[in-house]
Amino acid sequence: MSESPTTVRSAVRDGIVAMAPLALGVAPFGLVVGATASEEGLSALQAAGLSLGVFAGASQLAAIDLLGSGAPLLVVIATALVINLRMVMYSASLAPHVRELPRRRRLAMSYLLVDQAYALSIVRWEQRDDPLSARFAFYLAVAVPLWTIWQTTTLVGVAVGNQVPEDIPLSFTVSLVFLAVLVPSLTDRPRVVAALVAGGVAMAAQGLPADLALIVGALCGIGAGAWCEARFGR
Amino acid sequence: MSRVWLVVAVVGLGTLAARGSFLLVAERSQGVSRRVERVLRMIPPAALAAIVGLQLADPDGSTGLVARLVAAGVATVITWRWANLALALVVGVGVVIALDAVI
Repeated sequence: MSESPTTVRSAVRDGIVAMAPLALGVAPFGLVVGATASEEGLSALQAAGLSLGVFAGASQLAAIDLLGSGAPLLVVIATALVINLRMVMYSASLAPHVRELPRRRRLAMSYLLVDQAYALSIVRWEQRDDPLSARFAFYLAVAVPLWTIWQTTTLVGVAVGNQVPEDIPLSFTVSLVFLAVLVPSLTDRPRVVAALVAGGVAMAAQGLPADLALIVGALCGIGAGAWCEARFGR
Repeated sequence: MSRVWLVVAVVGLGTLAARGSFLLVAERSQGVSRRVERVLRMIPPAALAAIVGLQLADPDGSTGLVARLVAAGVATVITWRWANLALALVVGVGVVIALDAVI
């Protein structure tokens, strides 16, 4: 890591490098979502509409499943929205770092916000005091390629079906990338407590519907960590 | 099937609202209380750990839970000590494949 201020160019390069291993998970997931959409009777145009309009894999998959099984419209919509509630948490966490950006750019960031863009950006912004332009550039360098891969692979999935081999532990690779992002965020004891509680609760609550385990785990971890810090300091 | 387009519109707008909930009013986030700051500080470790925990617990059909947990532990140590993502990925995937073959 250099001492000189990060340029936009180097931020873009770093963002693409950081994003690359996560693309390994996004691409097959996109194929699965596209293939499922066509199996459940959605047209290519409708599948593309979902990917463009919603751009969030887990909620798209849930919506497609429920639409295919003829669930009531309200159930489809509520389930998909609950899955995306975690975005509120990400939005709150990112906001203080970009409050001086023009609102239009923050709107672009909002549309592109996904787990991967949040994870990589927040850890980088906490570790380095990049200028605002470099922060935005890093975020886009992560999010725009992921968006492009998502749009492309969901369409390919509609056309050719799911061709992803089962026996490559691709999803495990993605877990390891998130783990590698998690570790540097453990800067003090309250944050370690937050992570342990969040991870443990999420694992235990795995069976909850609509990905609720993620938000329940995270909220428990936030509460435990904040309580620890208030009680014992950092 | 206009049901699909209704879902696209409502879920799309709702998701954008969730994503923009704080980002779009970020200019007002100056001078938040210490309590709010404390909560915000806990979001990255908690959210990331919840993502990892859920992924590790959720069977993906190709690896066993114990193998995943051990491999994740090894990868954590590598990241902690050497901050080397490539090494953590290679060793982590190696460990999970090896353990799966044994267990």
